[in-house]
Amino acid sequence: MAEIHNYTMNFGPQHPAAHGVLRLVLEMDGETIQKADPHIGLLHRGTEKLAESKPYNQSIGYMDRLDYVSMMCNEHGYVLAIEKLLGVEVPLRAQYIRVMFDEITRILNHLMWLGAHGLDIGAMTMFLYCFREREDLMDCYEAVSGTRMHAAYYRPGGVYRDLPDSMPRYQYSKFRSKKEIDRLNQVREGSMLDFIQDFSERFPKCVDEYETLLTDNRIWKQRTVNIAVVTPERAIQLGFTGPMLRGSGVEWDLRRKQPYEVYERMDFDIPVGLNGDCYDRYLVRVEELRQSNRIIAQCVEWLRNNPGPVIAADHKVTPPSREQMKGDMESLIHHFKAFTEGYCVPEGEAYAAVEHPKGEFGVYLISDGANKPYRVKVRAPGFPHLAALEEMVKGHMLADVVAVIGTQDIVFGEIDR
Amino acid sequence: MSAKSEQIAAAIQTHLGDRLLEIPSICGELTYEVAAADLREVCTALRDQPELKFEMLVDVCGVDYLDYGKVQWSTRRSSGTGFSRAVSDPATAPVEENERRFAVVYHLLSISHNARIRLRVFADQAEIPMVDSVTGVWSSANWFEREAFDLFGILFKDHPDLRRILTDYGFIGHPFRKDFPLIGNVEVRYDPEKGRVIYQPVSIEPRTLVPRVIRDDHRYEESLKEPGGNG
Repeated sequence: MAEIHNYTMNFGPQHPAAHGVLRLVLEMDGETIQKADPHIGLLHRGTEKLAESKPYNQSIGYMDRLDYVSMMCNEHGYVLAIEKLLGVEVPLRAQYIRVMFDEITRILNHLMWLGAHGLDIGAMTMFLYCFREREDLMDCYEAVSGTRMHAAYYRPGGVYRDLPDSMPRYQYSKFRSKKEIDRLNQVREGSMLDFIQDFSERFPKCVDEYETLLTDNRIWKQRTVNIAVVTPERAIQLGFTGPMLRGSGVEWDLRRKQPYEVYERMDFDIPVGLNGDCYDRYLVRVEELRQSNRIIAQCVEWLRNNPGPVIAADHKVTPPSREQMKGDMESLIHHFKAFTEGYCVPEGEAYAAVEHPKGEFGVYLISDGANKPYRVKVRAPGFPHLAALEEMVKGHMLADVVAVIGTQDIVFGEIDR
Repeated sequence: MSAKSEQIAAAIQTHLGDRLLEIPSICGELTYEVAAADLREVCTALRDQPELKFEMLVDVCGVDYLDYGKVQWSTRRSSGTGFSRAVSDPATAPVEENERRFAVVYHLLSISHNARIRLRVFADQAEIPMVDSVTGVWSSANWFEREAFDLFGILFKDHPDLRRILTDYGFIGHPFRKDFPLIGNVEVRYDPEKGRVIYQPVSIEPRTLVPRVIRDDHRYEESLKEPGGNG
């Protein structure tokens, strides 16, 4: 009888637990993983090359589509890099709005992660719970930018427009009872800030709900404790950032260490893990939900009391308002120029990084002085994380691969770019 | 420049001053250029030297400097004769051999000192660009270097597993090179006769929608850029 050797198994690219299009070639010894070779690039769209062929502002929309569960944070990295090169001053109110939406985005991302990670390893209810709260935040995206996901809301020099005075409301339909719709509309009576404040008041209770389902759950712990342990030294060597690094016990958060916008004025804590396993990374992210909520409440408070401009008045970079454009020749020219040729960025290079929900999202821009970037490099946080997949799953069982993909918070939009 | 980065700049000057060339930056980021031959030694020193301790490699980025500073529309002499037509695509202009065509840019982060630097190395020749791999210094370089190889064709010496990573299986060419057309070379379609998907040369023509221009006229002079001024 022939001796039985390791066999090779193909995981994905179409697999519900692959979080998109990941093809994994696994070398198995029984049910134990010996080698894992991720094949990526199935979602490669050449975002960076496309951005090189367009004026700066026209690529903001591409940034949304990188990590498509944390849209505005991607835009933030890109506009920060442009602002760094242009030297544009962003109005304070715009900085607060950006911080608030960065944190809303972080909650959106972590809820998506929690739901999907839970679903992957058997907690069906989590998914439904998380999507309930995501819906409210999606409404905030829609109210402010007109679209639920790909907002293109951040612009070099500020944000596209101020927060609206009213929230869109639900209409009566046969799919929902009148009582249910009245309940949903009740919190949407006031301005957008009222709605966000209401959300931030009820959200901690929701997080408690998630935690009662998972944190002390025996099955959840069996699936995550001591799975894919990463030491702090290895995490740094492997280029981990964000919750992946903090889960291993390294206290590193760009919002605190290299603050941008108004993060140095915010009061929040940075959770760190102890053991560097999947369970610690879960705890870190759940605590980040609470901390993001705290930041949002602080921003709402400030934004209520401090009206002002939300985009820089330098019309060589930002378009004038429609009203101005209709009444004034100079503004009409500026408006036309801004939306056709765009603006020229001084020759030089800049790297801007933001603390994206998944880690450090960086944009490296090289400008040769033209109206289009010479080179755009997007440093996606998930890329080095996925590169370390083999190291993390080696010696674990096949079912743990799914837990590891979940804990890495993989999204292929940003990894494949 | 902040006090922190001055401190780092001074430490680099004492330890590696003879091998690193500082490049001025318009937004206060420390940028250095290193010779390809020194790369690995310099990286090891940057990682291990206690005053530097750049223990994390954040990013590796390939750059193709072929079209740097080239425009599709000349704007200097426009008043007398009008603007030229923006049809010439620099990517189709004859390729001149440029020694300093391909570069690899490393972004390093020191968690201990909370500092960042950027390191640029030019490949010795443009024909077969080759740079030493730094996977031995930082493990995170592995995939980043595979990506630079895939997209730019830059070879990394002593890389353990230099395969394509983002492009399709069997892809030909290096798509992020400036002489690689934006629309690509091949397209796929389903062939009902053969009963499978086939590759064929692209059928669409490249078009410049917004020409690439560099404006250095008076509007971009510092003194005229006051907010509210009409410049």
